[in-house]
Amino acid sequence: MKQWRFEVFSKPGTSGTGGSDVGDEIKELGVYTVQEIQSARVFLIEGDFDEAFAKRIAGELLADRVCEDFHIGRSAAPAGLAKATIIEIHLKSGVTDPVAQSVMTAISDMGKDCQTVRTARKYILFGEINDKQLKKIIRRLSNDCIEVVVIGSDAEPPSPHLAPYELELKTIDITKLNESQLEEVSKKMDLFLNAVEMKTIQDYFKSIGREPTDVELESLAQTWSEHCVHKTLKSSIDFDCDGEKIHFDNLMKDTVFRATKELNKDWCISVFEDNAGVIEFDETDAVCFKVETHNHPSALDPYGGAATGIGGVLRDPMGTGLGAKPIANTDIFCFAEPDKSFDEIPKGILHPKRIAQGVVAGVRDYGNRMGIPTVNGAIFFDDRYLGNPLVFCGNIGIMPRDKCFGKARTGDLVMVIGGRTGRDGIHGATFSSGALTDEHETVFSHAVQIGNAITEKKMLDTILQARQKGLYTAITDCGAGGLSSAVGEMGAQLGAQVELEKVPLKYAGLSYTEIWISEAQERMVVAVKPENLEKISRIFADENVEATIIGKFTDDKKLTLKYKGTQVCQLDMDFLHDGLPKYSRKAVWQSKNLAEPRLEEKENYNEELLSILSTYNVASKEWVIRQYDHEVQGGSVVKPLGGVTNDGPNDAAVVQPKFNSNKGIAIGCGINPFYGDIDPYWMTLAGIDEAVRNVVCVGARPDRIAILDNFCWADCKKEETLGSLVRAAQGCFDGAIAFGTPFISGKDSLNNNFICDDGTEISIPATLLISAMGIVDDVNKCVTIDLKAAGNLLFIVGITKNELGGSHYYKIKDQLGANVPKTDLKKAKVIAEKIYKAIDSGLVASCHDCSEGGLAVAMAEMAFAGGFGIEADLKGLPKSDDCANLGAQLFSESCSRYIIEVEPDRFNDFAKLMLGVPFGQIGKVTKDKNLVIKSGLGRKIVDVSIDSLKEAWQKLLRW
Amino acid sequence: MEQVRALVLRAAGINCDVETQYALQLAGAEAQRVHVNRIIENPAMLDLFQIMVIPGGFSYGDDVAAGKILANQLIYHLYDRLNEFIEAGKIVLGICNGFQVLVKTGILGKLNGSDEQQITITYNDSGKFEDRWVYLEPSSKKCIFIEPGQRIYLPIAHGEGKVVFENDGVLERLKTDDRVAFRYVDEDGSFGPFPVNPNGSTDSIAGLCDSTGRVLGLMPHPERFVRFVQHPHWTRLEDKSRADGMTIFNNAVKYVKENFI
Repeated sequence: MKQWRFEVFSKPGTSGTGGSDVGDEIKELGVYTVQEIQSARVFLIEGDFDEAFAKRIAGELLADRVCEDFHIGRSAAPAGLAKATIIEIHLKSGVTDPVAQSVMTAISDMGKDCQTVRTARKYILFGEINDKQLKKIIRRLSNDCIEVVVIGSDAEPPSPHLAPYELELKTIDITKLNESQLEEVSKKMDLFLNAVEMKTIQDYFKSIGREPTDVELESLAQTWSEHCVHKTLKSSIDFDCDGEKIHFDNLMKDTVFRATKELNKDWCISVFEDNAGVIEFDETDAVCFKVETHNHPSALDPYGGAATGIGGVLRDPMGTGLGAKPIANTDIFCFAEPDKSFDEIPKGILHPKRIAQGVVAGVRDYGNRMGIPTVNGAIFFDDRYLGNPLVFCGNIGIMPRDKCFGKARTGDLVMVIGGRTGRDGIHGATFSSGALTDEHETVFSHAVQIGNAITEKKMLDTILQARQKGLYTAITDCGAGGLSSAVGEMGAQLGAQVELEKVPLKYAGLSYTEIWISEAQERMVVAVKPENLEKISRIFADENVEATIIGKFTDDKKLTLKYKGTQVCQLDMDFLHDGLPKYSRKAVWQSKNLAEPRLEEKENYNEELLSILSTYNVASKEWVIRQYDHEVQGGSVVKPLGGVTNDGPNDAAVVQPKFNSNKGIAIGCGINPFYGDIDPYWMTLAGIDEAVRNVVCVGARPDRIAILDNFCWADCKKEETLGSLVRAAQGCFDGAIAFGTPFISGKDSLNNNFICDDGTEISIPATLLISAMGIVDDVNKCVTIDLKAAGNLLFIVGITKNELGGSHYYKIKDQLGANVPKTDLKKAKVIAEKIYKAIDSGLVASCHDCSEGGLAVAMAEMAFAGGFGIEADLKGLPKSDDCANLGAQLFSESCSRYIIEVEPDRFNDFAKLMLGVPFGQIGKVTKDKNLVIKSGLGRKIVDVSIDSLKEAWQKLLRW
Repeated sequence: MEQVRALVLRAAGINCDVETQYALQLAGAEAQRVHVNRIIENPAMLDLFQIMVIPGGFSYGDDVAAGKILANQLIYHLYDRLNEFIEAGKIVLGICNGFQVLVKTGILGKLNGSDEQQITITYNDSGKFEDRWVYLEPSSKKCIFIEPGQRIYLPIAHGEGKVVFENDGVLERLKTDDRVAFRYVDEDGSFGPFPVNPNGSTDSIAGLCDSTGRVLGLMPHPERFVRFVQHPHWTRLEDKSRADGMTIFNNAVKYVKENFI
């Protein structure tokens, strides 16, 4: 078999695949001697064809003759004055290479078959660079986890051929080990099981009188991992809250779940049971929502980690009930501030700018390819996310109401569909259940998964057809834990038997254990009645989706695995799913002794306002938003950006999922870890208030809002850390009850701390993301934040208090403060209801909530989004008695406040509606393009043109 | 045939097929989404349709280059059939990825009489995928999809939308043949750099037609502005009837009605 090498170069003067970007990236590293970079795409193809056909492949398929040249074979190092360094970046063997698969398909369309295709990127760097600089450059251009770098013009990449696997049954002798020896086994096998868990497993195997196999231990480790069962949040907790003792039997059940149970909304269809929470949309359809985190993988490989984050969360709605169609994505990230020199970054951590760019690119490429609009998101910057960036990926799906539940039955066949299984993603679930260290990059590189969006898209297209025809009884995704968790969960009440050699593999050489626990992407499992096998297989085959029967559901309540006839695993389902020892933990919360800074009143606050608009958290995220296709499917009716020049921020997105119905879904979120630095309880309530405000601002019904929790915390083995989480969980209960907004789904990610090589630890702040989904009855009534017409009146609804603790105003002055915003649980819901009523009655021209940066920032955003000025006076501001300071009035982040633009002739109706809640007129819209705010005594304390405000807001992240 | 019938092509990674089907239905066509595999199995089914639309998306992941793998598939399995379809006086529309496919099959990618592709679509000058709204000035008299003189407002969403030519002569010939269908302009109809021309396309070209005027490819998405509320700031507009994308679908259906039914 001949090996062909093809190199494809951009023709001079054409914009290639990013040679100039690479140049900028190298300069960012502080290497200035590289004068020019040429890049090429490399294809290594093994196939029996002649030179003439190779030329056709190169000229007709691989290179675009208008803007590219090709070379068959290895091109010679170019002669030049400067020294040239050649590097080639190849994927490690076994890493998914989507382009290679497509090239194979295309060559077979051309009439020939080829054995293997591999792709690589080649860079030729012109200029003197030393070894140290080259290492830096390589680290920037490649990713150790998934790629190998070949330097020089002769070196060859590793062979693509892997040896086949020969069965070698491994048993691990544990029944006679003592506690420390058990722990050693756990550590050696990367099981992340503690001594108590290992002891429980030991007892089980003693009771059945044999030693476990490796795959049995791996299955237990995966099923019992923090990532899969959330043992911390479900444990019983003795909580010491400022000396008051509170006991929780099961933290989640006693807080988050309890709120949903007590609210008992009849429009909740399925909560905390399935892969996503499901609520009623209209008479015929339901919508479901799930938000996942993909933090650890994104720390190691930002692009791949984020891409598989979105790829993974899409399979949650697809695997909910009998499968939902994804209609909108949300993405929320937490990064360290990006303006850092490389010397400040500890070993084992990627630069935050690279993480930010990689994560955004990953979400972009996967989400866009799947054809799902990414409509909502947020980015929160804080340096404590340096070692552990947070990547929250969410998805909303729609499905017929009679398809909301699925159940496998004894005798159903186990069918795996979609992608093939490879070595990627092994130990993902267990690895993401521990802290990251500086060595994770090398040790856990196999935990990173590589996505191929088109494989998932094909799977989605065909699943929806099979669902329509009722050809399967249950479906679930292979997420963390792979086949092990998918089959294990579906068969938990029944039993299942799987023949592992039947699982289609990407390449040879996988052991039975690797097959079972691989977290390779784009796979789902369906339960199929034997009589439907032919029909369903046809649907998948028709669109080139691989679907394979690998076993069946039984009635013996055992999980049995075989490899070529040899039994390699048999566990009782009961032990697998319910054998995990129950934990009791201690948690402590002690209120912090914080002081409120004394800030003198200033002559004017122009500078403060401009600075806050230019903080990373408040600044425009247009750079990110434009890279996402937020309009595919044609349903985005309130887009993430709006206003007169389509670049102002909107509070929430609204999608209209059915062309023949005016109903819509509003999507918003709340996150503010700065408040948590003071008290996570109030942070949680502020988060719920913000998420609710967002969706209410665009016109969602406050009585049809469902919310989701995502807890990201550091090491919860520490009682104080767990204590702050308990505070947040208490907030979840109180907030959900007060707003009448049930939690329908949630997820936690703990151990978000990074241990540096010198032993210092970087822990993330307590981070709770609240996501909200609200039903909009008629999208034609939606409103946006941009001011509509000069002469209109501006009102604020809600009371402004002296609550600058954790605010952005304090942040720019390097203060934390003590007075964290405290949501008034009695008033918040009433205000939201009145705002909704005003919008629904058509009285509102524009509406925006006050959040980060308070009243001044909210007014600035409304003004520049609409292209109008504002003349405001704080005289009309409803405020608490302790809020006399003008800085506090402008920048306090008190909750439950909305700014509303009303046409003068609707004033009476609006005022009537607002009776009973604090509201006041604070200004009017002007033609003159300035934001002017007066002190209440006639003095101008803000006077800035809207162009300057907008520039301040846009310039920081104009990447 | 009594009914205007449109085929919306599906393939791995095509993802705008549902909304494209809806736009065609709004225009009065009976629209059907059909997977490319079905057409390869039974090419005669093309006879049932007078309109074929290749919608947007990322066919085969845009691996190698945008639209390339699907174009290759069409070349090797359906090229003659597609040409027969066009020669029969029927019409073809390629939107975004569909435009890239039509260019890379050669149907829109070369001048009359040439064997090799002389036109291509490559990476945006910005180097980034971009979703933004643009104004389009129609400029061809022969393109049957166009409403002469009507400037339209549509979103683009692509990373590879820059139209380039093998040499200046190709562009001159296209102009002479009246094949430049749409150009990017600003609100007042003037040309300009980014963001008016969002991808750096040569001569601000956003869409091309073939020499018959019955095959159109364009980067912007007409199917994403077929209802008023899809406008990016509809909440501030008075005219609630706007749906600029519909002109393209309406003209397609009108043409079929006038010529086939």
